[in-house]
Amino acid sequence: MRVRRAGDAALLIETEEPHRLNAAVRSLGRTDIVDVVPGARTLLVTTSPGTDLGRLGTLIGGLTPPETYEPGGEPLRVPVVYDGADLDEVAALTGLSREEVVARHSAGSYVVAYLGFSPGFGYLTGLDERLHVPRRDSPRTSVPAGSVAIAGPYAAVYPSSSPGGWRLLGRTRLRMWDPEREPPSLLQPGTPVRFVVSTE
Amino acid sequence: MIEVVRPGSLATVQDLGRAGYAHLGVPSSGAADRVSLCLANRLVGNAEGDAGLELTFGEAALRFSSAAWIAVTGAPLSVRPGTMNAPYHVAAGTVVEFGVPSAGIRTYVAVRGGIDVPAVLGSRSTDMLSGLGPAPLSAGDRLAVGRATGLITVDVAPGLVLKEVPVLRLAAGPRDDWFKTLAPLASAAYEVTSQSNRVGVRLDGPALVRRRREELPSEGMVTGALQVPPNGLPIIFLADHPTTGGYPVAAVLVTGDIPRAAQLRPGQRVRFRFVDRG
Repeated sequence: MRVRRAGDAALLIETEEPHRLNAAVRSLGRTDIVDVVPGARTLLVTTSPGTDLGRLGTLIGGLTPPETYEPGGEPLRVPVVYDGADLDEVAALTGLSREEVVARHSAGSYVVAYLGFSPGFGYLTGLDERLHVPRRDSPRTSVPAGSVAIAGPYAAVYPSSSPGGWRLLGRTRLRMWDPEREPPSLLQPGTPVRFVVSTE
Repeated sequence: MIEVVRPGSLATVQDLGRAGYAHLGVPSSGAADRVSLCLANRLVGNAEGDAGLELTFGEAALRFSSAAWIAVTGAPLSVRPGTMNAPYHVAAGTVVEFGVPSAGIRTYVAVRGGIDVPAVLGSRSTDMLSGLGPAPLSAGDRLAVGRATGLITVDVAPGLVLKEVPVLRLAAGPRDDWFKTLAPLASAAYEVTSQSNRVGVRLDGPALVRRRREELPSEGMVTGALQVPPNGLPIIFLADHPTTGGYPVAAVLVTGDIPRAAQLRPGQRVRFRFVDRG
């Protein structure tokens, strides 16, 4: 673990286990911590003005992440209708048939590594290596909410309608993001996810 | 009620934003120049975090259907009728016209009682990146005013002093080691480009050269970060910046200087000075 400063009010901690450290930092229950944000291999901790970052860094650097930490509990099952606009393209890029693309995508065990891009947009690790394909050369100006997509080593579900360059495999009727709901996002850092073939 | 007669180029409702949701990809948002919004609120006896209006390049007009106490802070401009940096009583039916700022770009209008629009995830702020919160204001919009609680205790406050070429303080890192040198930031002047907005201030000037060529695994981003995309030209992240990003952050503004970055105008030049880490 290496603790870096991100300005005068935040620490960026490099760790191989961002989710375990996330749980440990949150369990401190400190009111001077504003946001705790997992990245792919980091944890960002932002604080309120006047926090002693030196002491906080030493404290976090010495934390023993909980041994019993079970990432996320039961997997979130996401029903997917595999009728995405890029299925044929992904099949061509990978040398697989459409059916094999669907089979491999729906067989994976995924975990939300981190969120970003837009509220509720989770970057899911665990994608079959044969399905690692680059983003589209030119992004779509509008991708509908619920679109199930892949790009590089990641899988995702577009939580709201937005521009996007990921390859679309299908769609889900699950509302991934709803600011009126608590919690607003079905995905949290560390949530395990399964995609399930569905017809509706 | 306040009726928007003219919003100017961009007027939004802003409070102090949505802290605590960054791990879900929700930008902090809130007033780009928080210090000016807090001052405006204090001047009318509000809590500092009450919602006010953020005008961009002025030129707005507001009609007050009921009498109100208002305060105008931030980028200096003409207020008719009214004045900057002091509580001002507006009679019912008055249309207040805002001119063009003589310096800076963001002017704040607080109303005693606060702007009362529905909160989303605990904030009334318009987030231009994610679309959370109320839409940017349009002519004809009507805004409710909340109930006043505090007392007006300040007569007048010092206004914002904006330099022609401000020098903003920076702390190196967290990814300074991804660059050959940060020396250009300390020596050159950078120009603010017209692509700047509430997400970030885009700069033009000497490019920073990468030492490490690989892709940075995405990591959390702070407000005030100087994120450096592949072209080497830093972007200063403001209130609506994305919560995570895959380009390295060379340095971060000292918190106290973020409001001044939020007042930089396109075409203006800015310099930086490194400070020791605390």
